[in-house]
Amino acid sequence: MAKTDFVLGLKQKAKEMRKEIIEVVYKAQSGHPGGSLSEIDMLVALYYYKLKIDPKNPHWEDRDRFILSKGHASPGLYVVLADKGYFPKSELDGFRKTGRMLQGHPELSTPGIDFAGGSLGQGISFAVGIALAGKLDKKNHKIIAMIGDGESQEGSVWEASMSAAFHKLDNFIGILDKNQVQETGKTREIMDIGNVSAKWKAFGWNVISINGHDMAQNAKALDKAYKLSNGKPTMIISNTIKGKGVSFMELNYKFHGKAPNEEEYRKAILEIENIDVKKFK
Amino acid sequence: MLRNLNDNLKINNNSNKKMEIQKIATREGYGKALLELGRINKNVVVVDADLGDSTKAEYFGKEFPERFFTMGIAEQDMIGAAAGLSVSGKIPYASTFAVFSERAFEFVRNIVARNKLNVKICGSHAGITTGEDGKSAQALEDVAIYRSLPNMVVLQPSDAAEAEKMVFALADYKGPSYMRVHRTAYPIIHDKNYKFEIGKGEILRQGKVAVIFASGTMVHESIIAADILKNDNIEIYVVNIHTIKPIDSDLIIDLAKKTNCVVTAEDHNVIGGLGSAVAEVLSENYPCLMKRIGMKDKFGESGKPEELYKKYGLDSQSVADEVKKFLGKKNH
Repeated sequence: MAKTDFVLGLKQKAKEMRKEIIEVVYKAQSGHPGGSLSEIDMLVALYYYKLKIDPKNPHWEDRDRFILSKGHASPGLYVVLADKGYFPKSELDGFRKTGRMLQGHPELSTPGIDFAGGSLGQGISFAVGIALAGKLDKKNHKIIAMIGDGESQEGSVWEASMSAAFHKLDNFIGILDKNQVQETGKTREIMDIGNVSAKWKAFGWNVISINGHDMAQNAKALDKAYKLSNGKPTMIISNTIKGKGVSFMELNYKFHGKAPNEEEYRKAILEIENIDVKKFK
Repeated sequence: MLRNLNDNLKINNNSNKKMEIQKIATREGYGKALLELGRINKNVVVVDADLGDSTKAEYFGKEFPERFFTMGIAEQDMIGAAAGLSVSGKIPYASTFAVFSERAFEFVRNIVARNKLNVKICGSHAGITTGEDGKSAQALEDVAIYRSLPNMVVLQPSDAAEAEKMVFALADYKGPSYMRVHRTAYPIIHDKNYKFEIGKGEILRQGKVAVIFASGTMVHESIIAADILKNDNIEIYVVNIHTIKPIDSDLIIDLAKKTNCVVTAEDHNVIGGLGSAVAEVLSENYPCLMKRIGMKDKFGESGKPEELYKKYGLDSQSVADEVKKFLGKKNH
């Protein structure tokens, strides 16, 4: 169980990472800030608390795998990987630029990347394959796949939900970054995914529902999911807000895949700097 | 069609006496080789979308249930899982009907091909020899779409023996591949000593005035066509193009130069398949008139394979007639 001071440290880290997300997308004048800001608290909980990884040895065979199935939210992952030392921070300036390493959507050639996303509904099946191999080889690592709520409209997500449960992949942890908004509007207005908690349960998964911006809840949910070994995969429903931390980006579909202009950038940075981490959730 | 082939076939057979030639479908070769491969290589795994009885992947599944993953009727998940298995050091073979593999095409594109993952896709029941199941099951565009993906190797065996060699060769090859096999049994034309090499065409008949580059089942039709033409003193090369990508450009250019009469034969749409691949090579290296035999931008229908081959101009007589016609046009 993560101690209070430690959780506060994670919250501080998430605040730093929020700022970097805005910097990266602003510099590139391209990219997806909304989903990066919704996922970032969970990414920080994973990378600074829970994942068994070694940034110096990104291909370590027994590492936990993190699959960002919602690959468009790459800025969130890139700032964390750079901060963890997988690649120099200077690479962040090359995000989405010709000939540079950090592609718009992640590529396997980038250190620390375990899935090349960009097309929704695919990462979770890929993670099923890694989890099947893990079981076959009797490994102890965990496979974590983060999907989105808009992404859950892809039928293939539910193919994977069936196969993970059928093959009893209790080494598999799903995280649904339920940020409520997709490219052209609110998820419930475009294609309501309904009671996802009941759906994942009905598909044979353990389900843990949390506020994904509450770092203590993130840490606790990951602890619980790591411990569960009842022959079922576990889905953490991480209830979040798209654009969280920047008032004018929150629940605003216009910042799904758009960079802030100069004025918006200054305002966003100021707002993030003013976040009181003790109260943030 | 098939009876004729049995009577006429003398490839790799030095004696002149007629032998009893065994007929086996290429999918049988796939299944048999998978099982043998599984016995010697523990990293080989199979993912199946509820068609193992048809693709013959079930032979592997029965002996190695722990390495045989049923994914249900869910081709996208099957390809995604195969990709995940491949990055974990496994050598996954993912098989289903060729046409249903296309349902997962974008998974193949964005996960398998894009990342150059070591996934062996096998599409069975390709072409109109699939027969009675009709249009929905007869893949006629699979070669075209898989050929268009960077990093992808596209293979089609002409007999079960070659299919077996292919399965083994793919285990040693690191990268994505698509192997196209068939439902209907055809004679075995390769013996045990046959050396299969990815990317190399195989000259089955020496000729003079024309060359047929054929693939899969059409190799058999082309051999008989060559025999028919020989009766009229027309000698043609028959070349088995088992690797449609990367294609054997050197051999194609060489035989085009020797004959100036190039014909392609495939049980696939004439758009995008072997005919297109050969045309791409020749138009940039040795432009010459050519004739593409195949499905003329049409879907098939239900029926017996040999009847369908006659109806759609893919049987040996039709091939022979087309070559003759083409030679006449060329010499005119």
